[in-house]
Amino acid sequence: MTSEHNVVQIALFTALIAALGLIPQLTLAFGVPITAQSLGVMLCGTVLGAKRGAYAALLFVGLVAIGLPLLAGGRGGLGLFTSPTAGFLIGFPFAAFFTGYAMEKLNRMPVGWAAGLAAVIGGVIVLYAFGIAGMSLVLERSVIEAAALVTAFIPGDLIKAALAGVITAALYRARPHSVMSRG
Amino acid sequence: MISLTSPVRTRAHGWPAGAKLLALCVASVVLFALPYWQAQLVAALAVLSLYTLPGAVFLLHGLRRLWPLWPFVVVLLAWHLVIGAPREGAVIVLRMLSAVALANLVTMTTTLNAMMEVVKWLLKPLAALGVNLRKIELAAAMVIRFTPVLAEKGAALAMAWRARARRRASWRVILPFLVLALDDADNVAEALRARGGFGMDESK
Repeated sequence: MTSEHNVVQIALFTALIAALGLIPQLTLAFGVPITAQSLGVMLCGTVLGAKRGAYAALLFVGLVAIGLPLLAGGRGGLGLFTSPTAGFLIGFPFAAFFTGYAMEKLNRMPVGWAAGLAAVIGGVIVLYAFGIAGMSLVLERSVIEAAALVTAFIPGDLIKAALAGVITAALYRARPHSVMSRG
Repeated sequence: MISLTSPVRTRAHGWPAGAKLLALCVASVVLFALPYWQAQLVAALAVLSLYTLPGAVFLLHGLRRLWPLWPFVVVLLAWHLVIGAPREGAVIVLRMLSAVALANLVTMTTTLNAMMEVVKWLLKPLAALGVNLRKIELAAAMVIRFTPVLAEKGAALAMAWRARARRRASWRVILPFLVLALDDADNVAEALRARGGFGMDESK
């Protein structure tokens, strides 16, 4: 793995997170439309591993901050960092890191299950911890009240975590070397 | 790619980006420290008047960007009316709107290049720690170049799906999408190396 390869892969995954927010909405098994952006963050962790995955998500957040409209719906800019949902955005790199970290630690488990579980740990538990903390700060709500505001979105994200598992397992079958968290 | 900067050029475009960011930080801290609804109302009106200065086009553009906040405004106002603390609710809602509007104002009046310069300046200490800033710069440029490329490829995959199936593309298109991105990464990395790469230690 050359240093060029590393940087390019990180950049391409950052672009992938952005592109997943731009392509027409996909439907889940039950016909619920989703934006796949947080799925992109989970895949950063399960495919690239902790360090590179975190770099890719960090680059994404940095580029959103300087004003690129990379978030779903073409949003971006500094306003997102003072809005009630700022915690989720700031949590992206941490979510990717902990997803990747869990993935690396679960290396005895079959890839799909490990990736699904890692995505729940990083992409749901860690991400919501940041999101809820941000919301409770901006809206001056207690943590419990802030959590109540976002619980409706948790089932969707759990489904995305499961999809991250299925997709990572399929990628591992097709291209074992591409799943670098198993390298 | 669509731009978040203002459709009209304002006087604030000429101000140094670093100063605007610093002012934004100070203003945000003050906003979060003010517990009085009167003060928050004055602050919100001041922000609104800043938006009206460059004209109607600018104002509309700015207001449209606050629209995604409406669910929070509704929930917060309803909640505070129910618990009988409308003033507290007004403080939180006004503050949220002013804080986001002010930050948007900086984004709207600062070009991407000016922002990049500030980021470069902020990252300078990292260079002393051995971080290659050129890599970060190149990675940022690649993201800007490849996001529309990948979005187009993703849209093509989704369209191919629809040509075969009658329903909308499901999450299953994400795997080929991922493989495409990984292939692109291989090709670009090879091209980059063929042109001399980063010209540094390959083991890193």
